[in-house]
Amino acid sequence: MALIKTNELTLSYENMTVIDKMSFEVNAGDYLCIVGENGSGKSTLIKALLSLKKPSGGSIDFGDGLRRNEIGYLPQQTGAQKDFPANVGEVVISGCLNRKGLRPFYSAKDKALAMENMMKLGIWKLKKRSYRELSGGQQQRVLLARALCATKKLLLLDEPVSGLDPMVTAELYGMISGINKSGVTVIMVTHDIAAAMRYASHILCLRSGSWFFGTKQEFAESEASAFMRGGEQK
Amino acid sequence: MIEMFSAMARFPAITYMLIVGVLVSLCAALLGVSLVLKRYSMIGDGLSHVGFGALAIASVMNIAPMAVAIPVVVAAAFILLRLSDNGKIKGDAAIAMLSTGALAIGVMANSLSGANIDLESYLFGTIVSVNADDALISIILAAVVLTVFVLFYTRIFAVTFDESFARATGTNAGAYNLLIALLTAVTIVVGMKLLGSMLISSLIIFPSLCAMRVFKSFRSVTICSAVISVVSVVAGMSISFSFEAPCGASIVCVNLVIFALFFVAGKIRQRNKKG
Repeated sequence: MALIKTNELTLSYENMTVIDKMSFEVNAGDYLCIVGENGSGKSTLIKALLSLKKPSGGSIDFGDGLRRNEIGYLPQQTGAQKDFPANVGEVVISGCLNRKGLRPFYSAKDKALAMENMMKLGIWKLKKRSYRELSGGQQQRVLLARALCATKKLLLLDEPVSGLDPMVTAELYGMISGINKSGVTVIMVTHDIAAAMRYASHILCLRSGSWFFGTKQEFAESEASAFMRGGEQK
Repeated sequence: MIEMFSAMARFPAITYMLIVGVLVSLCAALLGVSLVLKRYSMIGDGLSHVGFGALAIASVMNIAPMAVAIPVVVAAAFILLRLSDNGKIKGDAAIAMLSTGALAIGVMANSLSGANIDLESYLFGTIVSVNADDALISIILAAVVLTVFVLFYTRIFAVTFDESFARATGTNAGAYNLLIALLTAVTIVVGMKLLGSMLISSLIIFPSLCAMRVFKSFRSVTICSAVISVVSVVAGMSISFSFEAPCGASIVCVNLVIFALFFVAGKIRQRNKKG
């Protein structure tokens, strides 16, 4: 069974239908990019996938034993975090929160998992450094490590490269791609069509009133892709 | 300070004052770390004004002040959180509206009733009014706040640092926000007798702002603000006692001095790092 399957999913934002009867499925190991113009319902869709918003119609079903709180989420950064006093270790381990149930403190297992993910993303040496002193790229790696602590199956990334320079962007895409190849399913919201075409296996393109879902090849041949490229004026 | 401790033996009121002062400031500092970081500092200020209104009305109507003030301020905390969340009226405007409104109602009630209660003691605090009941309430309050903080420390961190991630991984962030707002409301009402409604929010804001100048992890900031708050309350009370200065203002002045010291220390630390 698919990891996530939506069935005629309808979502509204302030009583306006932004997504109408959309059906798509994400299978284990997929790399799905969600692209689309502002206001096309990307954020609303993410909220629905995270069970933070109820669909106004249709359903989202989770399969393969994926629990609703087991999605590793990388949110867009908020202004409040820019001067937050927390060190890297504290931030990363907070990703283990969903697996500790009612226990008040982190176990040795949680700490080991946090360490493993910090090593994987090359931020182990920054463990004691303050989050607010890191560069934008390092901060994203910290949040990615935290997301990996929360999941073994599915990462949901919301515009992970916004505000990063091209070098760091390429590095981060490389890491995400590596994580995907190690067996974690990735869903990424992005404005970067070129990156979507390069890394994704599937594309979900949202436009106000309509949507397209298919493999990268299907998307490349579709009218939706022509529209998105036209919009970019490249 | 010696004078204060020797007087404690003779006047139990001073012991109560010290108990209330230390425990309330400890609670305020712990809650303050989360409030300041979440950009909710002004909620403390708003609630203290609501507390003033509630106390004034209670004394005009001759009802036990705490019995009125605690539920009213808790309700106000609930409303303020709701308002900042749903964004119809922006949070800061809502707080300004609520706090000036409550102040005005308090002043009107006091003036129309002709009771002519000493408003200054409500606004700037008075030591005389602190009694054994207040000491008991603050002991219970401190026990609750400390327990909540230890048991839910990891979740409070997660919700404070990144609410959307916490929600996405199944933490009920709204419940934690509410819990913190409610505890803050009770802390403010208990502390108001001592510092008055104009100065009580300094207990919430100063310690964590000081600690953040120098410390860099959430844990060290939390511990440091707890220490700063207790030190400044004891020092402030000693000063107020030795020089017969008003208690609340003395505490806030000590806070200001500590902030200046930490500010400089933070700058020096930064420079050493660069150099």
